[in-house]
Amino acid sequence: MKRAAYAALLVLLFSLPWWIGGVYYVNLASQILIAALFAMSLNLLVGYAGLTSLGHAGYLGLSAYTSSWLMVNLGWGHLASASAALAGTTLMAAMFGLIALRATGISFLMITLALGQILWGVAYRWAGVTGGDNGISGLTRPSPFGLDLGNPNYFYFFSLTVFLLVWGLIAVWVASPFGASIRGTKDQPRRMSALGFNVWLIRWTTFIASGFLGAVAGLMYVYYQQFISPHSLSLANSAEMLLMVIAGGPGTLSGPVVGAALVVLLKNVASDYIDRWVMLLGFVFIFIVMFVPGGIVAGIARLGSSSMLLRKLRGTKPDLQPGAGHAGNAP
Amino acid sequence: MSAILEVSALCKSFGGLQVARSIDLNVEQGERHLLIGPNGAGKTTLFNLISGDLTASSGSISLMGHKVTRSSTAVRAQLGLARTYQILTLFGRDNLLHNVKLALLGKSAMRWRQWGAFDTEQTLSTRAMQVLDSVGLSGKAHLPLEQTSYGEKRRLEIAMALAQNPQVLLLDEPLAGLSSEERDTIIALLGLIDKGITILMIEHDMEVALAFADRITLLHDGEVITTGTRREVVDDPRTKEIYLGH
Amino acid sequence: MAFWFIQSLNSLALGGVLFTLAAGFSLIFGLMRIANLSHGAYFMFGAYLGLTVLQHGYGFSVAVLAAGLGVGILGGIVERVVLRRLAGNSLSQVLATLGVAFVIADSSLWLWGGDPQTVSSPALLSGAAQIFGLTFPLYRLAVLVFSILIAIGLWLLLDKTKLGVMIRASVDDRQMAQGVGVPASKLFTIVFCLGTALAGMGGVIAAPILSVYPGLDADMLPLALVVVILGGLGSLAGAFIGSFVIAFIYSFGQVLFPDLAYIILFLPMVVILAVRPRGLFGRITA
Repeated sequence: MKRAAYAALLVLLFSLPWWIGGVYYVNLASQILIAALFAMSLNLLVGYAGLTSLGHAGYLGLSAYTSSWLMVNLGWGHLASASAALAGTTLMAAMFGLIALRATGISFLMITLALGQILWGVAYRWAGVTGGDNGISGLTRPSPFGLDLGNPNYFYFFSLTVFLLVWGLIAVWVASPFGASIRGTKDQPRRMSALGFNVWLIRWTTFIASGFLGAVAGLMYVYYQQFISPHSLSLANSAEMLLMVIAGGPGTLSGPVVGAALVVLLKNVASDYIDRWVMLLGFVFIFIVMFVPGGIVAGIARLGSSSMLLRKLRGTKPDLQPGAGHAGNAP
Repeated sequence: MSAILEVSALCKSFGGLQVARSIDLNVEQGERHLLIGPNGAGKTTLFNLISGDLTASSGSISLMGHKVTRSSTAVRAQLGLARTYQILTLFGRDNLLHNVKLALLGKSAMRWRQWGAFDTEQTLSTRAMQVLDSVGLSGKAHLPLEQTSYGEKRRLEIAMALAQNPQVLLLDEPLAGLSSEERDTIIALLGLIDKGITILMIEHDMEVALAFADRITLLHDGEVITTGTRREVVDDPRTKEIYLGH
Repeated sequence: MAFWFIQSLNSLALGGVLFTLAAGFSLIFGLMRIANLSHGAYFMFGAYLGLTVLQHGYGFSVAVLAAGLGVGILGGIVERVVLRRLAGNSLSQVLATLGVAFVIADSSLWLWGGDPQTVSSPALLSGAAQIFGLTFPLYRLAVLVFSILIAIGLWLLLDKTKLGVMIRASVDDRQMAQGVGVPASKLFTIVFCLGTALAGMGGVIAAPILSVYPGLDADMLPLALVVVILGGLGSLAGAFIGSFVIAFIYSFGQVLFPDLAYIILFLPMVVILAVRPRGLFGRITA
């Protein structure tokens, strides 16, 4: 039953350009996929490791600026600049992790905020290198296997491929024994220590992985926009990413995707009908934090189980899933 | 045989408050050693110092011949220490099987594996079921933790500690808050634990304590009042004074 | 020479502004353990409110009071409707304040539009004073004086009044305070209103210096955080000293090392959080 649903979903996703009705919507889909990449990378920290960060946009920016700068100023090709961007950002994430993990809870939140602000400040102020407020423009999209990604459909497929790869990577990772240990450190860090786990190392590894995937998302972002400016590293942007994760459902695979879709759709589609989509987003977010702490995905699951309850009451046997062990495996 | 757990002149203070005053404790391998004393005597504090949840102000702790005074909790666990906690700190979002599997994972090289679904992993699951069976909980293996009783959770705590394959087991009031039926279950369980495993236990129930213990240490106000065999401690006038004297 | 004096005065004025912002944040965190991420938004909203009052022809002091009152009431509503429901869950409360920040910021954009607005300082203080042959804008001196007055007022409140005693007791040991009958939830509302009102007033006072524009909230919040981290969460003295230290670093840094201005500002915050999470004065670990 589940397999069929996934297969159908994949068919829908791959055939999207033909049924979605126009270039505008194809691009919108690409934007959702890219936003989902951010949210998924942040979710590793927030949802799985239980470390709430407000500086994640920094990785987006660092990766985007690095690759852009190398291409514009040193004439590097896409593959080389992308590799350098990924390596550099991951290294920065490792260093930031060493600092940030000295704290937990609110302190951790503030350190990540400060680190993110430092990166933003550099992008904004070091105008000689980063172009300051003007950012770096005139960027090109890569041409993997000779495909012209200027074509929205092709770019969509490129984004979809990257998205599915990252999604698959994360799915395998969080389901692995190491992934189980990450989740353990979120629930009971002291107990995990007592069981022999090196909690710091688990967290640091997750921090680095989160930074790496954030760098991937940053590359996708700059390929799509063909432009990067300090705003992309702003606190507001980091907050928006956190919103996506929390609203969609932290600690699940689909939650961040749902959250990303929510924000992107509100931003682009709702704004045609509602001027105040930011306010709406704020209210939705407050509502979710107050009443549906597991996010939209958890809310839907609850609705699903109450319908299961209804069926049980009415006498029909509900479709029971084999004991999965925990909510972390929800699709 | 040298002691498997050696605590030497252990002190701990929080600001002006001294919670451990020069504690000496030696536990031989295979011993069942009981830690008794009135409330606030510092028994759990001593446990926290031994397990690494608290760092000592001075003094030393040795486990299996290794100096662990400055070592982290995880390192001590890897050396072969396991403990239960007074306040339940189990993985509430998961089922019993998953809880035990995590305990097994902590000591397994598998914990660094970044692929392969943990849930369907067979070796750990089989071993976990065995452990759950040994505490009589295999029937409830797939139940989420929130659906188990307090007594069952207590048994799970012990199961997890046993799953770590410890050489030294610290049990912090394993019978606290249990119905008499559950207490009997756990007492029986404790009796069945492998004699090769050293047990240090905090327990208030005197009957149980005396029946179980090879040696007893009496703590009061953070210091050791007396230590010795059951007979020695029971006969010691200071014991009576502390328990009846106030 | 003149440069240093003028920059110093600017720093002192900015420090005064930061203090009104940071004091509220510190109070709220110290008592309620909530890192109020919407604090910058209250500041901005207050500035806009003050602007409107001024545009209707009322005096500057009326504007300041009105902003304080308006924002204080808004804060009270948020505390009762949202934050109280999430009591006990620090992270959820922080996230909720994030949502509130979005709402307030967008409301401001809606009500007052996207153009930056300048506010002129009150007529009485528009001039300049001549001291030692140097020209000091009167208004900046006034801001400094006002912030000192607020600091004294807060100190008197905390030290001399019954309310202050209750607040300090609750900050030091919440459970004990509740045990002796301190009405925690009423206290929380009062402190939250006070903290946000301070931010609102700060916004109006800062308006002639900083102007009012969308994004002011995002600019001010990190500064408030840096001050509070430096000075210690929950410590008023720390907030006071920290405000001026940061103001000096910021003002001089902007001029002397424009490229590195932000690093100079946030690096100390990072270092402190990593090394001494309590800050220079605070007694509470975040």
